[in-house]
Amino acid sequence: MKYAAPTSVEEAQSLLAGDADAKVFAGATDLVPQMRAGRPEPSIAIDLKKIDRLMALGDNGGSWTIGAATPTSSLTGNGAFSGDLPGLSYAAGLIGSDQIQNRSSLGGNLCNASPAADSVPAMVVNDARAVIAGADGTRTIPVADVVTGPGSTCLGDGEFLVEIEVDKPTANTSDAYLRMIPRTEMDIAVVGAAARVTLDDSGNCTAATIALGAVAPTVVRVPDAETALVGGPISDESLAAVAAAASAACNPIDDKRGTIAYRRQVAGVLAKRAVLQAAERVQNGGAA
Amino acid sequence: MSRTHVICNINGDDVEFLCDDGESLLDALRDDVGLMGVKEGCGTGDCGACSVLMDGKLNCSCLILAPEANGTDLLTVEGMADGDHLHPLQQCFLEGAALQCGICTPGFLIAAKALLDQNPEPTETEVRYALAGNLCRCTGYDKIVRSVLEAAVQIRETV
Ligand SMILES: Cc1cc2nc3c(=O)[nH]c(=O)nc-3n(C[C@H](O)[C@H](O)[C@H](O)COP(=O)(O)OP(=O)(O)OC[C@H]3O[C@@H](n4cnc5c(N)ncnc54)[C@H](O)[C@@H]3O)c2cc1C
Ligand code: FES
Ligand code: FES
Repeated sequence: MKYAAPTSVEEAQSLLAGDADAKVFAGATDLVPQMRAGRPEPSIAIDLKKIDRLMALGDNGGSWTIGAATPTSSLTGNGAFSGDLPGLSYAAGLIGSDQIQNRSSLGGNLCNASPAADSVPAMVVNDARAVIAGADGTRTIPVADVVTGPGSTCLGDGEFLVEIEVDKPTANTSDAYLRMIPRTEMDIAVVGAAARVTLDDSGNCTAATIALGAVAPTVVRVPDAETALVGGPISDESLAAVAAAASAACNPIDDKRGTIAYRRQVAGVLAKRAVLQAAERVQNGGAA
Repeated sequence: MSRTHVICNINGDDVEFLCDDGESLLDALRDDVGLMGVKEGCGTGDCGACSVLMDGKLNCSCLILAPEANGTDLLTVEGMADGDHLHPLQQCFLEGAALQCGICTPGFLIAAKALLDQNPEPTETEVRYALAGNLCRCTGYDKIVRSVLEAAVQIRETV
C-alpha cells in the first residue's frame, strides 16, 4: 500500500481515477479497523485531510458547507453550527470517543455505508446534499441517495465526496436525533431516529421529516409518520401514529444486539421522542 | 509496500523515521522510534491504550497511518514528566493507586491531559465522558477518575 496526501480536489481525483484499487480516506476510523480485520488494503490510501476544502466548515448565511473530511469535533465545537442544527451536531458527536471525534468525518460516516451510521438519519431529515467530485467536475445529489446498501454507495469509479451542504432551518423549525445503544457511550446504534419539525405560532405542525437508522439496509424515511403529524398539534394521538408508522417502516435484522421485535418497538419509541425533542427545541427558540 | 520518510516532533525532540505506508503510527512509535509507552490493547480504536496528542489533539495512534505523522507535533506519555519531576496527573495516579497492571495507564494519562488542557475544572461526569475511549480491565474507573479530579485541583493551585 502506498500513502498519498494530495492538496487539491483535482489531484485527489486524478490519483483515484488512475487506479481502480485506490481508496480515499479521512479519519481512517473505519478504514484501519477494516484493514486490520483482513479486508484488502487499497493500492493507494489517499488522505483527504490535506485538502483545505475538505477540512472546512463554512457558514454561507443560509446554509452550512461541511468538508467531507472535517473531524466531527469541529462540528460539535462550533456553537453557531450546533445552534442551527442541534440534532445533526448531537448525532455527529455520538460517534466514538474523544479520540475518534478528532478524526471521524461525516464523509466517512456516510461513505462507509453502515446501516447504523449515526449522522446519516440526521443529515437526511435536514435534506442535506452531497457534493461529489468526478472526472467531469462535481455533481450534487441528496445525501439520502448516496448509500445503496450495507457497505455500498452510488459513487462511481474515480468519484469521491467533497462536501456536504445543509440549509439552515427555516423559522420555527428544529431537528433532533436519538439512538438506542446497550451502553451509555462507545457503542453502535441498535436503532437511531431523527426528526425535523416545523410548528406554526399556535403549535400546529406544518412540516415534518422523520428518518430511521439501523433498522434496514439503508436509512428509511417514514412518510406515514410525517403525514400523521402535519396539520395538527403534537398530541398523544399524533405521536402514537408516529410510533406505529415508524415501527411499521422498519425492516430490521435479528442479532445478538437486538431482535426484530425489539428493534421495531424501540424505533417507534425513539421516533416519537425525537419528534418531541425537535418540537421542544422549536418552542425554546431553536437550540437546547 | 511503499515506505515514507517521516520528520516530526515527538515530545519536544525532532525525530525522523522510515515507515511502511500501511503501518500504524502506534507500530512506528514502538518499533521504529522505540517509545514503548504507547500500548496496543486492540489496534482498532476501542481501548485508548495507544492514545497520543497529535498537534494537541487526542488521537488513537493505532488508527493513524504512520506517514500521516509527517510534519506533526506528537506527545506521548514519555513527554509528560518534566525531567525527574512527574506531571501532576502521573503523581496523582501513583498516590491514588489508579493503576494495577499499568497497560492502560499511558493512554489514560494522555487522555486526561487532553481534557485538562481544554477544561481545567471538569466535573466528574465530564471526566468520565472524556475517558470513555479508554478501557481499564483491572483497576476500575473510580480511582482513575478521582486521581484526575485531584490532579486538576493541584494544577489549578499551582498556576
Ligand atoms: C471506537 C470506534 C467507535 C465508533 N463509534 C461510532 C458510533 O458511535 N457511530 C457511528 O456512526 N460510527 C462509529 N464509528 C465508526 C466511524 O468512526 C465513523 O463511521 C466515522 O464517521 C468514519 O469517518 P472516517 O473519516 O474515520 O472514515 P474513514 O475510515 O476515513 O472512511 C470510511 C469509508 O468511507 C470512505 N470515504 C471516506 N471519506 C470519503 C469521501 N470523502 N468520499 C468517498 N469515500 C470516502 C473510505 O474509503 C472508507 O471506505 C466508530 C469507530 C470506532 C473505531
Ligand atoms: S490500541 Fe489503539 S485504541 Fe486500542
Ligand atoms: S491497570 Fe490494568 S488495564 Fe488498567
